Amino acid sequence: MKLCDLAELIAGSILVGEDQPDLVIDRAFAADLLSDVLALTEEQTTLITGMVNPQVMRVAEILNVIAVIFVRGKVPPASLVEYANRLNIPLVTTKKTMFETCGLMYAHGVRACRSRSTCQMSDSG
Amino acid sequence: MKYAIRAGDIEHGGSASARIKSELSRAGVDATTARRAGIVAFEGEMNLIVYSDDGGTLSVIVEPDAVMIELEDTGPGIEDIDLAMTPGFSTAPVWATDLGFGAGMGLVNMQKHSDIFEIHSKLGVGTRIQCRIERKGDWAMNRREG
Repeated sequence: MKLCDLAELIAGSILVGEDQPDLVIDRAFAADLLSDVLALTEEQTTLITGMVNPQVMRVAEILNVIAVIFVRGKVPPASLVEYANRLNIPLVTTKKTMFETCGLMYAHGVRACRSRSTCQMSDSG
Repeated sequence: MKYAIRAGDIEHGGSASARIKSELSRAGVDATTARRAGIVAFEGEMNLIVYSDDGGTLSVIVEPDAVMIELEDTGPGIEDIDLAMTPGFSTAPVWATDLGFGAGMGLVNMQKHSDIFEIHSKLGVGTRIQCRIERKGDWAMNRREG
């Protein structure tokens, strides 16, 4: 799915990335716990979150996140938007909940990014 | 590269690690290794911010075949390392969990992304963690094969 279509689907606004409407969003991971994002994602992914603190973009930068979608009407501060602009990582905001956002995206073909379950982690630990 | 990390400085939390990751990429370290090193550094940096008494240092050394990440603080020290290494175990304060951290995955995650992970800690003295991340390209592939 293209970034511009995704924004329309979830009734979202593109804060960063208007210049990348054709960017393909096909994998996603949703969490508010950034620890889980760091621990479990194993490939480049779109991040769906309700957290708007500066750490979100730092995690996104470290993990080479494709795009960040802020749910539940959370609006990131200007400094975060500026950071995303500098990294060229698209940001989308939506008033929909995380559940609705994930459901809509899944129904339109976006799939879970390759990840490790916490069980696997403790089993092999 | 060596960074001084201040205890409680959540505002800048992760900024040293983000810088480390981009510096490693610029230095020609492959993307997968840079990502792993970034994760290890980030978790370590957040640990220093959330748990240390007086902050600590985060150091990175790039070797021809590996990236070394070292974290050191001067307390409080970890009473039971095995317990601290248990996935989900956490003593994080509420302000840290409110920000999406302190889920009890930090040390586990550092170990998982390191090829060699060593932790030494003494109550009242401090903690030292050394991580070696081999520069071997697609680590996920390597893990699956080996």
